[in-house]
Amino acid sequence: MKVAIIGVGSTEFGELWEKSFRSIFLSAGLSALEDAGIGGKEIEAIYVGNMSGGKFIDQEHIAALIADHSGLAEFGIPAVRVENADASGGSAFRQAYMAVASGIHDIVIAAGVEKVTDANDPMEIISTAVDQEWERFVGANLPAIYALIARLHMHRFGTTEEDLAMVAVKNHRNAVHNPRAQFRREVSIEDVMSSPYVAEPLKVLDCAPLSDGASAVILASEEVAKKLCDTPIYVDACTQASDYMSIQNRRDVLTFEAVVRASREAYKIAGIEAKDIDVAEVHDSFTIAEILAYEDLGFAKKGEGMKLIREGETEIGGKIPVNTSGGLKACGHAVGATGIRQIVDLVLQLRGEAGKRQVNADKALALNIGGSGATAVVSILSR
Amino acid sequence: MIGIVSYGTYIPKFRIKIDEIARIWNEDANAIKQSLGVFEKSVPDVDEDTATMAVEASREAVARAKIDPKKIGAVFVGSESHPYAVKPTATIVGEALGVGNHYFCADLEFACKAATAGIQICYAMVKADMIEYGLAVGSDVAQARPRDALEYTASAGAVAILVGKNPIAVIEATVSYTSDTPDFWRRDLQPYPSHGGRFTGSPAYFRHIVNAVRRLMEEHGYSAKDFDYAVFHQPNAKFPQRVASMLGFSEEKIADGMLVRVIGNTYSASSLMGLCGVLDKAKPGERILLASFGSGAGSDAFAIYVTEKILEFPRNVQVWDKAKSGVYIDYGLYLKHRRMIR
Amino acid sequence: MVPRFWRKIKYRYDVVASYCENCGNYYYPQREICPKCRRKGALKDLKLCDDGRVLTYTIVNGKCIALIEFENGARMLAEVCGKVEIGTKVRKAFRRYGEEGEDGIIYYGTKFVPLGEGM
Repeated sequence: MKVAIIGVGSTEFGELWEKSFRSIFLSAGLSALEDAGIGGKEIEAIYVGNMSGGKFIDQEHIAALIADHSGLAEFGIPAVRVENADASGGSAFRQAYMAVASGIHDIVIAAGVEKVTDANDPMEIISTAVDQEWERFVGANLPAIYALIARLHMHRFGTTEEDLAMVAVKNHRNAVHNPRAQFRREVSIEDVMSSPYVAEPLKVLDCAPLSDGASAVILASEEVAKKLCDTPIYVDACTQASDYMSIQNRRDVLTFEAVVRASREAYKIAGIEAKDIDVAEVHDSFTIAEILAYEDLGFAKKGEGMKLIREGETEIGGKIPVNTSGGLKACGHAVGATGIRQIVDLVLQLRGEAGKRQVNADKALALNIGGSGATAVVSILSR
Repeated sequence: MIGIVSYGTYIPKFRIKIDEIARIWNEDANAIKQSLGVFEKSVPDVDEDTATMAVEASREAVARAKIDPKKIGAVFVGSESHPYAVKPTATIVGEALGVGNHYFCADLEFACKAATAGIQICYAMVKADMIEYGLAVGSDVAQARPRDALEYTASAGAVAILVGKNPIAVIEATVSYTSDTPDFWRRDLQPYPSHGGRFTGSPAYFRHIVNAVRRLMEEHGYSAKDFDYAVFHQPNAKFPQRVASMLGFSEEKIADGMLVRVIGNTYSASSLMGLCGVLDKAKPGERILLASFGSGAGSDAFAIYVTEKILEFPRNVQVWDKAKSGVYIDYGLYLKHRRMIR
Repeated sequence: MVPRFWRKIKYRYDVVASYCENCGNYYYPQREICPKCRRKGALKDLKLCDDGRVLTYTIVNGKCIALIEFENGARMLAEVCGKVEIGTKVRKAFRRYGEEGEDGIIYYGTKFVPLGEGM
């Protein structure tokens, strides 16, 4: 059964000191409902992506909490939290997609929410995504794992720190026109190059910030979508793959097998090839991750990802615009919400509602990654 | 024949010069170097401690012995700076070596002579056929109060001695001289030791070493000329020089053991470092006198006779080479390395 | 964290990996089931060699963390004490990794030092 997205909504991402976990979800959920033109009572199930209610705000069992504080307690619908580190959002999206595709539900909400600023050390918490016994124990947090990959990529293929900086520059420039983005100011290559090292060779401006935020999308079966919506956006494929957890066990340190696997299967299901993608939102938790995404998604050969950024091919106006929203880097990375936010931004592109970020797109791809690549979710959307 | 089957040493790679410490306290570096005969001392890395050094020295000893670690029937670690006040260092060493679960084990404390006491215990256990091999380790990150005279010499290092039959050096005889003499001590929960100043000399160091060595010689019929080398506990370079002279040993006979000049006083490892410096070059048929000293107080004296087997023993990595190769750090890094600032 | 740390002491104090007797592959860190053979596999503990080479490294929070490759192809993430580059030969060292607060247990484990150092 074909599945379509009939409504989207998202809060801005950032340090939302005045807003609580409960209120940001409500905000995103209401926006999505309004965008879809339906009432809360139509929703049959909630799938919410959230990496760690427990560690960020000492709260587990958050799906029920969210259903309650969204005003849906009276309906008693099934609600479940999906967790796959920072691929929680994409994974929630896939669970929601499968619920509708299977025919079990007609209308569901797939959301993501994270409130990181209530915690003392958000980077420590997101680093629970890596192998605690054998990676975190020896001193490697999440940036360190990506830094190990970056250094080897530079050594083996000649990628430079400037290439990485160009990714940040592009994404910041794109976000200037994104009212929901955390950072709407351009940065220069010098700004990136002179920012302090977080984990060499990755610098502060190579790393996406950890942000508060919530996003929500409403999925419906094709039949229901056509009744309710003028421009349903179809989910042509939604695939997911896993890989060895620890970088010590990856077949090739410089390839995210989970991304390769999920994307190849997605292309197959959608009946397309990598070159048919017109616009993409990828998981630039770190600038090197975007370069890797170009390669592992098949936009460039392994080792040649930096050519795309050097030649401007991934800019708005380039052959394959990537992260026109500003990506995780400039939009902000609200961990569990990111995967859903990517869908929101692609839906806006496909509907022609992306304002100054607009590109000509028929087929869009979202790539959401968990931790250092042990989970990858790929979604292909079209008009 | 029971004695030393193998030995291993570990000296951390950092050094701080006497000059640098004197600079902080605005003292006369030359006068200090002159009076102590010590020029620099070893400093552990920030992630090293008595247990880590004991493991490294023990691994070297076991590797060079080429024995199955499971044959080690006893592990004793002597130190004044065990990482835990309660929970043994020796079990960490046993585990890290893969000794198994069937071994006698305890930590020892007797200031700087805890490890030589361990050697005596291992010797007795081998002699009683209770064990095949025993491992006695001396390891310390020596503590001294900042600005105290001891700060110039309190250093870090470890020595592991594997005791068993068919040794490279036979323990021909050993005696101990012990008394209740509070020359240097540290009360529980106090961060730094205290000492009696000049009281640590004649009534402590000299009295116990001289009595132990003389007793060894009387009971077993040795005189100074029977020994080719003499190694004494080395709190500085002057004390061993003086006691050597008192006992009739020339400068040449103590020279090969005087590691203190370049690495300082490694407390429980101190006299054993000197012993290893000598074993690194000793020839079959030569005899070594070893006399440790532990405050509190006591001295363990040994007559050690080098056998032909030492020629097959891999002495390619020498303790003097380890001692002389180091990386200098300043006082600030020294405080950080010793975890006095975090 | 005490029982969690204690359970793996054997695999932390030394470089002990898993070796599958069925397919001949090495896995570090130690695991319970061979990913290639699954239930047909026969994993046993195996001590890896003392030396390896730096495959890649980073400096984070003032420490050098490196991915070290051994001759048999197994790879291990560990802290390295000293300056290294890609390709530097390193040797294992027994060090403190941390502690559970001032009154908690001390975590010992295996780090690496550039070869030729750490005497």
